[in-house]
Amino acid sequence: MDRTNDFAFKIATANGTGSASANGLIMQAIFRMGIPVTGKNVFPSNIQGLPTWYEIRVSRQGYTARRPHFDLVVALNPATYAKDVAEVRSGGWLLYDSTWPLDGRLVRPDVTYLGIPLAELCNAQFSGMRERILMKNIAYVGALAALLRMDSDIIRALLKEKYGRKQALMDSNQRAVDLGYDYVTRHFDCPLPIRLAPLDLTRDAILIDGNTAAGLGCLYAGATVGAWYPITPATSLMEAFKGFCQKYRQEPGTNRNRYAILQAEDEIAAIGMVIGASWAGARAFTPTAGPGISLMNEFIGLAYYAEVPAVIFDVQRTGPSTGMPTRTQQGDLMLCAYASHGDTRHICLYPADPREAFEFAAAAFDLAERFQTPVFVLTDLDIGMNDWMIPKLTWDDTYRPDRGKVLSRDELEHLKTFSRYLDTDGDGIAARTLPGVHPHGAYFTRGSGHNRFGAYTEDAEEYVDVVDRIDRKIQRAARALPAPVVRTTPGARAGLITVGGCHAACMEALDLLSADGIAVDYLRVRGFPFAEEITRFVDAHEVNFVVEQNRDGQLRNLLLLETGTPAARLESVRYYGGFPMSADHVIAGVKAKLEKAA
Amino acid sequence: MTYIAKPTVHHPALQKNALGLVRRDYEGSVTTLCAGCGHDSITAAIIQAFWELSIPPHRVAKLSGIGCSSKTPAYFLKEAHGFNGVHGRMPALVTGANAANRDIIYIGISGDGDSLSIGLGQLCHAIRRNVNVLYVLENNGVYGLTKGQFSASADPGSLSKRGEANTMEAIDGCLLALTLGATFVARGFSGDKVQLVPMLKAGLSHQGFAFIDVISPCVTFNDHEGSTKSYAYTREKNVEVVQADFVPPTASITAHYEPGTARNVMLHDGSWVRLRKVAENYDPTDRDRAYAYIRDRQKEGEIVTGLLYLSPDSSDVHEQANTVAVPLTDLAHEDLCPGSAELEKLQARFR
Repeated sequence: MDRTNDFAFKIATANGTGSASANGLIMQAIFRMGIPVTGKNVFPSNIQGLPTWYEIRVSRQGYTARRPHFDLVVALNPATYAKDVAEVRSGGWLLYDSTWPLDGRLVRPDVTYLGIPLAELCNAQFSGMRERILMKNIAYVGALAALLRMDSDIIRALLKEKYGRKQALMDSNQRAVDLGYDYVTRHFDCPLPIRLAPLDLTRDAILIDGNTAAGLGCLYAGATVGAWYPITPATSLMEAFKGFCQKYRQEPGTNRNRYAILQAEDEIAAIGMVIGASWAGARAFTPTAGPGISLMNEFIGLAYYAEVPAVIFDVQRTGPSTGMPTRTQQGDLMLCAYASHGDTRHICLYPADPREAFEFAAAAFDLAERFQTPVFVLTDLDIGMNDWMIPKLTWDDTYRPDRGKVLSRDELEHLKTFSRYLDTDGDGIAARTLPGVHPHGAYFTRGSGHNRFGAYTEDAEEYVDVVDRIDRKIQRAARALPAPVVRTTPGARAGLITVGGCHAACMEALDLLSADGIAVDYLRVRGFPFAEEITRFVDAHEVNFVVEQNRDGQLRNLLLLETGTPAARLESVRYYGGFPMSADHVIAGVKAKLEKAA
Repeated sequence: MTYIAKPTVHHPALQKNALGLVRRDYEGSVTTLCAGCGHDSITAAIIQAFWELSIPPHRVAKLSGIGCSSKTPAYFLKEAHGFNGVHGRMPALVTGANAANRDIIYIGISGDGDSLSIGLGQLCHAIRRNVNVLYVLENNGVYGLTKGQFSASADPGSLSKRGEANTMEAIDGCLLALTLGATFVARGFSGDKVQLVPMLKAGLSHQGFAFIDVISPCVTFNDHEGSTKSYAYTREKNVEVVQADFVPPTASITAHYEPGTARNVMLHDGSWVRLRKVAENYDPTDRDRAYAYIRDRQKEGEIVTGLLYLSPDSSDVHEQANTVAVPLTDLAHEDLCPGSAELEKLQARFR
């Protein structure tokens, strides 16, 4: 089998040794060779010392899901040697630092060992502890360049781009690359059967993580207020937004900021600030993760009931409680759909990759303002923090923000009485006003019982009147959300339904199942409340495999609750151990259910 | 109830302010609090302060948390937007609103449960940020709506209506604010409108977080003998140390004071506060000495009132964050969105 441009390898190091820049260099070099590549950072909740891995998948077919079969492992962390050796596929390669002898117990007969004295080479070439450690990482880039036939000119160009103005730094990096490269070419047969060959498949693509893309979406949508409390894995979303704002949101002449970023004392305050800012008329958002959503619940109910826009990014991580903060999951689907006490239902958007994270981020502000309600954008650690190859982002310059029904000064001037919750045109949405615009626009926003005129009430009919209208409003919003992605296959009797980042694994699994003679129709949910199309899809298949990343089958639960379909139609396929889902998980799950049925 | 309308026709002889508005124009709906509630007196003082300053009511936003005090924004400035949020979280709402639109005049109304128990953290951080808001803590030492439990401001030894003594230390809002670097700290008494109105006016003109703790007796649950938040106790133990006179930007200071007894502090909008020292050795611009003085008097069982501390140089959250002078809500989409060409360009770094 030809393994050119079709393999996976991983690099095991210790946290805080600077391996991130080495791994980034490898990713970019492969990408610039025109070859589809995906990177998954498997990192600990730690600043320095604990084991960390970087997994790289090269796929000429363009598959981006995690592939847990490693053809090559670069084992540079003695603390995880045993585990790393065990994870090499049979017939694969293990690259290790041969400065120290390898424990005989770690030797597998079915694995080829490539010993390179990285520490020895770097100690001879570089002085200073930190530089020696850093350059050891760059040296393995050189070794891999030779073993996998990476383009040396591209590596040189990348180093020049990165360290162009710091000649000394560029020189030492290049020297380290050469050290690894030269040693490997002198001692081993290069390249290995797993190897790279230039393609032209990345010309219109970028390598980007979902948090950066979502931050960019907030910038483009015109968000001016961001409030947050630092939390993994959502932190880099606000950091990205801030970085973009520093570049694009300075007032010419004064250099003053056309944005406000509020680092709150906790997530409760963060969502409160977002609601306050949205109430006053700004586009405001908060990025957080599950624990933050748990804290925000009361305020989310207020925004729902008082009908104040808010945009909330939930970059999901493994729960419950603190869970595994640096591992991925789709554990907040139920939490976000019905956040807060009392009857609520919230608009949720589920991007599958950074491109959708960008697009849905922008769409979320329109939806929040149009429907005057909180909107959740649920990504996960895998989408948010890992580098994905996606088509270049585009923007339509004719876009204008949909601010929803906000009465202007002129409209208020001609209005005799303004009633905040009066639905005058039957679409379930009542016009709102902003503070400071006109005396006629004043009203009292409250989370306590209120009638359609905005006045306090404890009257049963008046209360029901308002909450029923809000329910209609949110149900109707389903039509305005991104439509589900559907792919049908002739002859398919089963359906496969998934959400968010499982998309990549499912697409690959469908191809492999199809090659196995198993035809399955596909639907990816992109919004909640569910579009009618989703109910139709479920009803059209005798059995639907619901693929998701949580223990309890939360997407399946939502489908049961919201579509009224019989439970027997929905078979659950789950993986929730904290790693991104791979095609294997999907295929194994589907086959197990099929065998059970047969 | 709150939706009962007040008559809108005014007597022609009513006194008008610079905008031609009478005090009634600054009122809200009819109060639903108990007859004699201190909070209603504070509401009256707030109405007076806004009227005297001739602030257009619709340029104000009034925010509150949950509780008796937090209901009161419905009872003043009916032409202003109001936001009755969730318990203890008004500071976050006002911080966000102020970030979005810095041109609105913000007043936050809270109580001792709202500010010193459930919302203590939010209060602390709003003070640290120096959000530009007049924050009025209507302090009665008791939870009224849930019928008489002690709040965090109840003094040790103070008796509940059922005769139980409070055992825990009280949190003093003014001492807390001083510790956290508040730039404007005052204490008033709902029964002393003459003292309260100028402090409210100064607080409204202050650029930053103006904290006013107002002792406001709860006539139903905390106005009995043995309570340290009753009308009788507060009247007896209240010691005014600084009298604040508010002088608007256009007026000149004409009153005469004995040398060394008064100090003028100019506020951001050009108005002045003249601080008259009633107590000797009290310096309302010295944070540490103000703190020590309040503590010392507390040991004697006295409640120190007045504009206790004022920082002459206060920079609010917008100045610290270097935001544009115009409200963020006024920025056009073109000023916020870099456009498609720039998007194409910036993606070079992702290749």
